[in-house]
Amino acid sequence: MLEVIFSQISRWAIPFFVLLIVGVGFIRGVKVFEVFAEGAQEGFWLAVKLIPYIVGLFVAIGLFRDSGALDLCIGILQPFLSLVGVPGEVVPLFMVRPLSGMAAMAMTVELFHRLGPDSFAGRLASTIHGSTDTTLYILSVYFASVGIKRFRYALTVGLIGDVAGFVASVFIVNRMFGS
Amino acid sequence: MNFIFAFFILTGIVVAAVRGDIQLVTQSVANAANHGVQQAIGFIGIMSFWLGLARIAQEAGLIKLLTGILEPVIRLLFPSIPRGHRAMGSVLMNISANIMGLGSAATPFGLKAMQELQELNREKETASEAMCTFLAVNTASVTLVPATIIAFRASTGSANPGEVVGPVIFATMCASLVALTADYMFRRRNRRRKD
Repeated sequence: MLEVIFSQISRWAIPFFVLLIVGVGFIRGVKVFEVFAEGAQEGFWLAVKLIPYIVGLFVAIGLFRDSGALDLCIGILQPFLSLVGVPGEVVPLFMVRPLSGMAAMAMTVELFHRLGPDSFAGRLASTIHGSTDTTLYILSVYFASVGIKRFRYALTVGLIGDVAGFVASVFIVNRMFGS
Repeated sequence: MNFIFAFFILTGIVVAAVRGDIQLVTQSVANAANHGVQQAIGFIGIMSFWLGLARIAQEAGLIKLLTGILEPVIRLLFPSIPRGHRAMGSVLMNISANIMGLGSAATPFGLKAMQELQELNREKETASEAMCTFLAVNTASVTLVPATIIAFRASTGSANPGEVVGPVIFATMCASLVALTADYMFRRRNRRRKD
């Protein structure tokens, strides 16, 4: 029941917002098309400005992954994590989730295909994927867009949040779906 | 960030060399660089659309309305944003988009919020306290509707794609609470050091 409501919300949210904003704007006499174009102009330059930062981040993460350095780190972590009820197949996701959204997405989908979304690993991967975001990507892109060079404690806070999300995911999935 | 960038690139090259697969480096770099440009270019359309829509919402007074209702919550989280400042509107739009799982709308609002927070920032190259809190909320991704993951589960044949909604909400609440607490503690420690 709950999931039907939630999936309906996400299906209707965007159409509803667009309708509401354009509708109210038009009724209130805003020159909707001209104002839209003015705002949209910002979008182009913002995207172009981000190119160098995104390229730099993608190259660094890509190199780390393709060279096998990431697998090495995962290999070291694996024995510790399996002690606390994390299936081996999910361990790579812990490492990748904060780094790259696309890689994490690919990993989750691959895991669903191999083990099924309703397996224990599949449920845990779903929860991890849904409950945290690509910390490193968000931090670098958001800060880069306004020229911030010193992040102060933001990275530490983001990673602490990620660890908390992982721990909570392992706990709740074991609790709800574990044998 | 400089450390992470250097660490990833240097370790990547060293590991590739040790494994005797050094030509992989050239290929990986070219691939990733291309991918990066595609990602940024891919932003243009959706970013323009949402920023255009945000401008209409602003002119129509919708953002002011939303800020008025939720101002107490935002004031609690971001004490350094002055009352009625427009950064509040963008911060709110970003958080609401995240809550509803609308990632494509959240990013443009988030970047707009950063620009407006930067106007309030006194040291232009150093992150302000409000920015750190804002990113803590964003990286923990407070969400009630994990839309992407539900879609993936449905498309790979899950018997009950939505069954993870509960666990996701629980985990994301924990992550957000811990991140906000950590942010608060760092902020207080930094202030004390300055005094």
